[in-house]
Amino acid sequence: MKILVVDDFSTMRRIIKNLLRDLGFNNTVEADDGKTALPILEAGGIDFLVTDWNMPGMTGIDLLKAVRANPDLRDMPILMVTAEAKREQIIMAAQAGVNGYVIKPFTAATLKEKIEKIFERIDG
Amino acid sequence: MTKNIRLDLAKKLVEAIENGDEAGADELLDEIAGLRENQLFQEVGRLTRQLHDTMAGFSIDSKITDLTENDIPDAKERLQYVITMTEQAANQTLNAVEGVLPVSQELNEQIGLLSGKWGRFLDREMPFAEFKDMSAEITQHFNESKGSLKVVQDGLNDILMAQGFQDITGQIIKRVIDLVQDLETSMVELIRISGGKTTHSKGIHEPELPGPAIPGIDDKAGDVAADQDDVDDLLSSLGF
Repeated sequence: MKILVVDDFSTMRRIIKNLLRDLGFNNTVEADDGKTALPILEAGGIDFLVTDWNMPGMTGIDLLKAVRANPDLRDMPILMVTAEAKREQIIMAAQAGVNGYVIKPFTAATLKEKIEKIFERIDG
Repeated sequence: MTKNIRLDLAKKLVEAIENGDEAGADELLDEIAGLRENQLFQEVGRLTRQLHDTMAGFSIDSKITDLTENDIPDAKERLQYVITMTEQAANQTLNAVEGVLPVSQELNEQIGLLSGKWGRFLDREMPFAEFKDMSAEITQHFNESKGSLKVVQDGLNDILMAQGFQDITGQIIKRVIDLVQDLETSMVELIRISGGKTTHSKGIHEPELPGPAIPGIDDKAGDVAADQDDVDDLLSSLGF
């Protein structure tokens, strides 16, 4: 299981990477916005995408839409981890096809629960 | 002093002088002079007030100039420094955690292994040769644990020290809040002096991505998820 973590703040990427490691996911790669993330995704081998929303260059919602529009990537499970908390934004992300939505600040338990739920649905 | 009053007084004065009424004429002259003085005083008063207001306006103008030329750029740098400090603290903490985690994981694994063996020993299921090996392993574990726990302790101390940012950034932010308050007061005063002839705008345009919702500010309209439960409820109402 290879996971791509996309966030413009390196500290947030490190936090998520450490939490993922604690959950048993040791194979993670990082990108700092959608623009750098997309080529990594297109190169293949990524099984799961965790992304922030508000990033310079290319936002997480645009990355989400780009992934869903790409026939090779469109089934990729995507978890959004973001400070954007407006209802209309959450609905927008849901409509764009996000698999989970975690608002910052979040707890390790929340991240674990959402990731497990996503895989449950995929496996089930 | 209206024309009628002056004309009336002048007529009375002529009448008094013609009648040789010296005292009456003096009284009338005083009254006329008094009227004139009164008007002068009123005018001086008006001018003084105007001057005062203008001066007050000037001092507010210079205050705002000062604020925009010096204090606001200062504040921007101060806030930038807050970002730097919090980032440093986060990195220092993450470094410590990333240093400690593998050590504690290794300790955990070692203890798991040894306690399994120890259990078998207590159940008298362990041959002597294996017991000797286990004794050596336990000795090694003790030696290694000392070093490992030192790493953990140092890491925890690093994390502890990294929290010092809170005090410093708190003070810096407090100062910027004071500045904003100063600016607010000056602006309100400026608007008051200008006669409040301002058109009400619809407030600052909300950014497309508003970011973190601050409790008590951004959640007033009720269009913001208060917490993860709120998000989950919303998503499940959408069939998630």
